Amino acid sequence: MREIVVISGKGGTGKTSITAAFAHLAANRVICDLDVDAPDLHLLLDPSVVREEAFISGHEAVINSDRCTACGLCASMCRYEAIEPDGDVYRVAPLRCEGCKVCVAFCPEQAIDFPDRHCGQRYLSDTRFGPMVHAQLFAGQENSGLLVSRLKKEARALAEERGLGLILCDGAPGIGCPVIASLSQTDLAVVVTEPTPSGVHDLERVASLCEHFRTRVAVIVNKHDLNPEHTGRIDAMCAEKGYVLLARLPHDTAVTEAMVRRQAVTEGPDSEIARNIRDAWHRIMDLLQS
Amino acid sequence: MIVSVASGKGGTGKTTVTASLAVAWPRPLMAVDLDVEEPNLHLFLKPDVSRTEVVTLEVPDVDESKCTFCRKCAELCQFKAIAVMGKAIMTFPEMCHGCGGCMAICPEGAIGTATRELGVMESGVSRGRIPCMTGRLRVGEAMSPPLMRVVRAHMRAESREKGLDVLVDAPPGVSCPAMSAVTDSDVIVLVTEPTPFGFHDFKLAWEAFEPFGTPMAVVLNRAGLGDDRVYGFCAAHGLPILAEIPYRRDIAEHYSRGLVLAEMDRGLGQLFAGLAAKLMAMGKEDEHA
Repeated sequence: MREIVVISGKGGTGKTSITAAFAHLAANRVICDLDVDAPDLHLLLDPSVVREEAFISGHEAVINSDRCTACGLCASMCRYEAIEPDGDVYRVAPLRCEGCKVCVAFCPEQAIDFPDRHCGQRYLSDTRFGPMVHAQLFAGQENSGLLVSRLKKEARALAEERGLGLILCDGAPGIGCPVIASLSQTDLAVVVTEPTPSGVHDLERVASLCEHFRTRVAVIVNKHDLNPEHTGRIDAMCAEKGYVLLARLPHDTAVTEAMVRRQAVTEGPDSEIARNIRDAWHRIMDLLQS
Repeated sequence: MIVSVASGKGGTGKTTVTASLAVAWPRPLMAVDLDVEEPNLHLFLKPDVSRTEVVTLEVPDVDESKCTFCRKCAELCQFKAIAVMGKAIMTFPEMCHGCGGCMAICPEGAIGTATRELGVMESGVSRGRIPCMTGRLRVGEAMSPPLMRVVRAHMRAESREKGLDVLVDAPPGVSCPAMSAVTDSDVIVLVTEPTPFGFHDFKLAWEAFEPFGTPMAVVLNRAGLGDDRVYGFCAAHGLPILAEIPYRRDIAEHYSRGLVLAEMDRGLGQLFAGLAAKLMAMGKEDEHA
């Protein structure tokens, strides 16, 4: 079984559009949207949900106002400034509560409850390109590496059960917890970048994160014709660091037009960008063989 | 006043708008990049960085000679950052959220503090007049909220002390880091683009921020691309679209050279000056309300 994750560091470089095209081109795949904070892949893949489950992770502190004597010990111990006075009692601001249990353990009146935290929903779905696992984190929840790991685990189980050889993941932007979690057991990280200062800067950071976790890096330069100088810098970085330069894609509204039709760009009329993505996909298949 | 520039979807133009607003803002201002995982504002404002501070988190450091292996610390820890097995105690500093619970609960006073480097905070000045502050997460560090907390505390103290308005470049999404970035704001600017992805994530952001009751306004980037559902949504929810940046290749090229859009031509300069004026008016209305 092989696992590919499409990431970018910087948001909006084209991860999801490219993942959708790969999902169209691949065979025997499980599709996985690991951008649990702001998932978009479902907009192109139109999944029909087969199973839905609550994602419960950690706990949150809730002060029982009947028992609170307003001694203020909890607020003074909370490192997250999550507890504040509210009239005659204290109150926890759920957005800032990390679920560390310190207030619960030290409250002299045992006035603080610690219920499970329902952080989001996870889904198993069918799409025209095969099974898909995805999720939606609720607003304000900790951007969850745990949820990402759960989704990947479910994708692996599904692949095994149905004899599918490939797990194709759309990753999250950034370099934090969800991205780190998405790299575990990944054979290839496809980093989508663009020839802009932000694109180059964020590629450097996310690719060094991949190196840190010993994940092989392949790069796609989207909108390469926007700035030949930065495209040249990305080429040089790939050569120097040993990243595989997979493809240079032109700045083309075909991607947005396909998005408006709710299609992967490779499903629509023939275009230069669709041909480039096909070539990139063949190169990925070769890389996974080697 | 504090204005946060946010968006559900990444890459819609948060940093472009923040940099241009910073340049066009008519009052003394500081610009703060809270997208600590991938900070980019400095690439456009190009501040002379005069101070770089390492930001750390307090993690446990166990004095084994005092430890009685009572397990109270391990039972309290919600993050699997400390474990006791028989007559051995182990810490996993990279898992630690820095709550200080283990240190407080240890009956023997055996747990002191060590530190984990979260990243750095950089301060400098752009164009000789705009103080800039950036958090930069260490590559390999998983948690951005503790670094953001430190940057926000500095931001609040410094802006209050010097009487500065603040512009915040927020991280994408609507999870904890994005939400906490906008909690201090007097006005939230949502930057979106009229594409299906842009619209979907814009709605997520609006739903997430709406309960704060903070006034929100919209800047539409790449206007003319995609579809027009965002207009209907904004009209239906009373969200003012304060500026529209047209979808033009020369704008994308200007951005790709690391230049500030407000300084590209007169028209765009006026667009951002107008946006700044409208945001300041929104802040004032809110003060009086």
